[in-house]
Amino acid sequence: MESRILGYVDGRLKESERLEVEKHLAECAPCCLRVNEFSAVAGLLDELPLIEPSAEFDTRVHARVAAEPQPKAGWWAWMHFSPRIAFAASMLLLMALWLGYRTGTPIAPTIPNDDQAMMQDLPVLEDHDVLQNFEPLKDLPSPVQSDDDSDAQQPQHM
Amino acid sequence: MVRTDVQLMLDVKAGDGNSFELLLQRYRTPLVNFLFRMVRNREQAEDLAQEVFLRVYRAREDYVPSAKFTTWLFRIATNLALNSVRDNRYQKLEVSIDAPVSLDAEDGDERTMDVPEKHPNIEQHLVEDARRKMIRHAIDKLPEKQRAAVLLHKYEELDYAEIAKILNCSESALKSLLFRAYEALRVELAPLVAQRARQ
Ligand SMILES: [Zn+2]
Repeated sequence: MESRILGYVDGRLKESERLEVEKHLAECAPCCLRVNEFSAVAGLLDELPLIEPSAEFDTRVHARVAAEPQPKAGWWAWMHFSPRIAFAASMLLLMALWLGYRTGTPIAPTIPNDDQAMMQDLPVLEDHDVLQNFEPLKDLPSPVQSDDDSDAQQPQHM
Repeated sequence: MVRTDVQLMLDVKAGDGNSFELLLQRYRTPLVNFLFRMVRNREQAEDLAQEVFLRVYRAREDYVPSAKFTTWLFRIATNLALNSVRDNRYQKLEVSIDAPVSLDAEDGDERTMDVPEKHPNIEQHLVEDARRKMIRHAIDKLPEKQRAAVLLHKYEELDYAEIAKILNCSESALKSLLFRAYEALRVELAPLVAQRARQ
């Protein structure tokens, strides 16, 4: 019953619960007394007046919001706001990892000549061409990088 | 048509400053009053309320309307208030070694809202003032979690499920928290309760 008395007083009980409590109250003086006293406490709490925020309150909120740093201009934020670039970058990273995996030299900056010869036969090079013409890449600031270097290096420059 | 809190918050997320302004107007008074009753210091209450709005603003981009806006808002406010109350208690312990801090120091603040014309009778005004002081002290004496529960339940008219989420407890734990708080208030305010119950 304890847990329901306040709910009864504040009128938040479901109809069925309320009826149960009323049935109990009809034959339980201590609970009746408690209901009256809790109602009185609730009434006393209503006597406290509201205060008004000071005149400077809004100005201070505005000032604190204005002092917030704007979205970070770092490369991560830049990617965050440009999903196409983020996508292109992740494609490059995947390519790099795959190339590393296929050649057995993980993300090697330089690839030995015989390995390079072997790679000539790999279909991955077709994908490489596709990637070079890949539309989102045009959004990228052109990396200053010679064609001789491995593409695997590019994501590291992002 | 009045836009709901969630709609306003989604507009804030989309970069609309006016919607933030509307949320500020809607919740500044409830937040300042809740925090004032929690920390018993007007300046600190306003500072904390500003902090709540700042946190809402900071979280705007990650905002997902998964709960009621008021649940989120008062959860931020309650956490700030509870931390602040605990910090204050620690500081008061330190300060009281040198100079005892008067608990009544902030009581004058609430009088600013009293309109003198409403109290043509000065004696009546003094009686009311004494009553309010007693009521505020009774609330102050509650353990902070019980106090937060009472304030959210009584003044913010949040439902049990919302308050339970705000206080990070189950609904049944909240009900027993509230019951204990009302028991304590009933005892602490016995003379006033008896007077009222007789009416
Ligand atoms: Zn009973």
